[in-house]
Amino acid sequence: MNTQATKRSNITKWLFDNVIYVFLILLVIGIVIASPDFLSMTNLINILSQSSSRIIIALGIAGILILGGTDLSAGRMVGLAAVVSASLLQAGDYAYKMYPNLPELPLFVPIIIAMLVTGLFGTLNGFIVSKFHVPPFIATLGMMIGVYGITSIYFDRPPYGAQPIGGLSESFTTFAQKGIKLGQYEFPYLILYAIAFSIIIWVVWNKTQLGKNMYAIGGNAEAAKVSGVNVAKNIIIIYMIAGLLYGFSGTLEAGRVGSATNNTGNMYELDAIAACVVGGVSLSGGIGTVPGVITGVLIFQVINYGLAFLGVSPYIQFIVKGAIIIVAVAFDMRKHAKKK
Amino acid sequence: MSEASSTNLLEMINLTKRFPGVIALNNVSLKVKAGTVHALMGENGAGKSTLMKCLFGIYSMDEGKILLDGKEVSFANSKQALENGVSMVHQELNQVRQQNVMDNIWLGRYPKKGIFIDEKKMYEDTAAIFKSLDINIDPRSKVGTLSVSEMQMVEIAKAVSYHSKLIVMDEPTSSLTEKEVNHLFTIIKKLQSENVAIIYISHKMEEILKISDEVTIMRDGQYIATKSAKELTTDEIIKLMVGRDLSQRFPAKINQPGEVTLKVKDLTAETEGSFSNINFDLRKGEILGVAGLVGSKRTEVMEALFGIRGLKSGSIELNGKVVQNHSPQHAIKNGFALVTEERRTTGIYPELSISFNSIIANLPQYRKGLFLSESKVHDDTKWVIDSMKVKTPSQKTSIGSLSGGNQQKVIIGRWLLTKPEVLLLDEPTRGIDVGAKFEIYQLINELAAEGKGIIMISSEMPELLGVTDRILVMSNGRAAGIVDTKTTSQEEIMRLAALY
Repeated sequence: MNTQATKRSNITKWLFDNVIYVFLILLVIGIVIASPDFLSMTNLINILSQSSSRIIIALGIAGILILGGTDLSAGRMVGLAAVVSASLLQAGDYAYKMYPNLPELPLFVPIIIAMLVTGLFGTLNGFIVSKFHVPPFIATLGMMIGVYGITSIYFDRPPYGAQPIGGLSESFTTFAQKGIKLGQYEFPYLILYAIAFSIIIWVVWNKTQLGKNMYAIGGNAEAAKVSGVNVAKNIIIIYMIAGLLYGFSGTLEAGRVGSATNNTGNMYELDAIAACVVGGVSLSGGIGTVPGVITGVLIFQVINYGLAFLGVSPYIQFIVKGAIIIVAVAFDMRKHAKKK
Repeated sequence: MSEASSTNLLEMINLTKRFPGVIALNNVSLKVKAGTVHALMGENGAGKSTLMKCLFGIYSMDEGKILLDGKEVSFANSKQALENGVSMVHQELNQVRQQNVMDNIWLGRYPKKGIFIDEKKMYEDTAAIFKSLDINIDPRSKVGTLSVSEMQMVEIAKAVSYHSKLIVMDEPTSSLTEKEVNHLFTIIKKLQSENVAIIYISHKMEEILKISDEVTIMRDGQYIATKSAKELTTDEIIKLMVGRDLSQRFPAKINQPGEVTLKVKDLTAETEGSFSNINFDLRKGEILGVAGLVGSKRTEVMEALFGIRGLKSGSIELNGKVVQNHSPQHAIKNGFALVTEERRTTGIYPELSISFNSIIANLPQYRKGLFLSESKVHDDTKWVIDSMKVKTPSQKTSIGSLSGGNQQKVIIGRWLLTKPEVLLLDEPTRGIDVGAKFEIYQLINELAAEGKGIIMISSEMPELLGVTDRILVMSNGRAAGIVDTKTTSQEEIMRLAALY
């Protein structure tokens, strides 16, 4: 036995297994070398807060991808939740309230209502996929289009018609825009929400029966079935959880921007799926971790923010992001490719 | 039967199962005593799996009843069977490779602490079962990283974890080394001492005689006999398993083998544990059969000849010239054709027409400038339909709507259009009814008579004896021998197949 060779192959293996974390670190180092100013608390907080609502969406989609499914309706559900929550919590003195006579509700009411609405559509996705065996791509494509229609009808109504739902109440904007003061920095609540959801989802995936079943169904649905797992029920619950997460994320989007339209959230699902696959979630199911998903989102935000910081044209950023998605998956396929 | 039924743990009484056009089980009975190993034997297609599928509720039986511990049972699915102490170690392993060993063992019934999974208990329980069975696998290792034999051990441990009273093992040693087989036997003995009954399905005679207490033999969906293993010899088992006449099932042979066309030398697969050192010749106009049990790697050899699998060493010579079949494209160009075993998954394009299915392996021939020549496509499809005697209303009929036999004729026709010198047929009559089989045999005969070299894998012994000129017998990835069809017997072939 050549211990040096074993050691080297161990390092190679470790690098291979942790390639996305290494990549994120190298990316940050590269940007810092190009511009040392990048390394600041302000930049870190900005990147994290921009990542927050994306992490929550990505965690929802990741569960579905691990099941072996997919969800194209995520972005439109975010939009629906944004419009619904914004319409229910406009400031009392705002001139264009959707519900002029609605008293100012406590903050949690619109959030819960928005989450229930998207949770319901998520459940419906899961139901269609598991009971009617409609391929997830098609089921959620239909849902994506249908939900956009529903959002638009809700949005484009008298008395004021299709215009951004703004003038949000102060409690709402505080919830999404403010943070905890720590010395000279303000640590946004957004980041705390993302951390909280990450922990909850990590626990669900790793410590509960639902989580184990999710990995088992994605890995080998037949094996799960013959071991007595109720496959359909588990699929429906995972889709429902995703819906709830989109709902929360939608309220964050409304609060963060300060208004919502029927186009809020458009195409977010593709960003989230991209972040998941870059973060090591397998599109064929059965594989994926919470830290991986978070890292996938962070990689894209660091590229967004970092390249903008360096003054790189946004068009070039698109090319870089596109290339990363393809390279990451090609790399992943090589890792899992089995020789006949 | 005079035995007191109280000693029988499982009684399957007079089971009959019909499929459209076939009686898969005809009045079959099986009685298994607690604490014994009961071997279930029969050729492929004898009805062993069907019988087990009836036990686990995968098939519903048409007649008969099943008693477990004297009480009548009828499981709706494998979960119910498991809950009643009846489990199965499947031949093709059904595991979640991405998850770890203990996740797989407790799938569907994780131990919980409140709403959380009790990982500690899972680990300890798994480790305890492994220790009691002397299995040396880390419960936390990923199933995908285990060897096939380790996966098999995990499956057995899983069956044990259900506190089963009855464990069905389907070809449990097909992928085990001798040492591992001995380990498995130790486990079986231990289970037996705890009054667990084992139904042991295997083709390996020596094993059966060594491990089992009783042997039940089936043939063609019929119950033949149940005997004590002590009274049996390999020859007697084979005689009971075979024993049917071959007259009129096969057309008269008309082919005349000529000079050697294909020389295969020392072929060894790239994949570890597949086949090694395969040598044989094939003559023009000869039909060479390939016999072997499940797991003997017959299909792998065919796939290697056709460039689907990589080779570590060895050479393939066609008409005196070494050929390199790195991919199916190369193989087709070099004059090889392969009719695959799984017609539905790798043979037909079910929704598409007979015409499409006929020409698809050979498209470059039909090019006329940028387009395909409609008239040539039409002519060749017509040739396939006429010369293969395909019964179809038109060329545009989708192949999926034809019978299995007619589908197979189209597929053979497709490969003949590539003008092969060597035609590889992997189980060419699987899933085809008896009448159509005769036509396929006739076709194979005629092709050989025209001078094609034909290699035909089959699991049906009578078919090999009725159609081929010589038979290559494979055993566990090695060539156990090549026998002359005229002088050999089923007994000799079976003995060779169980050689390694």
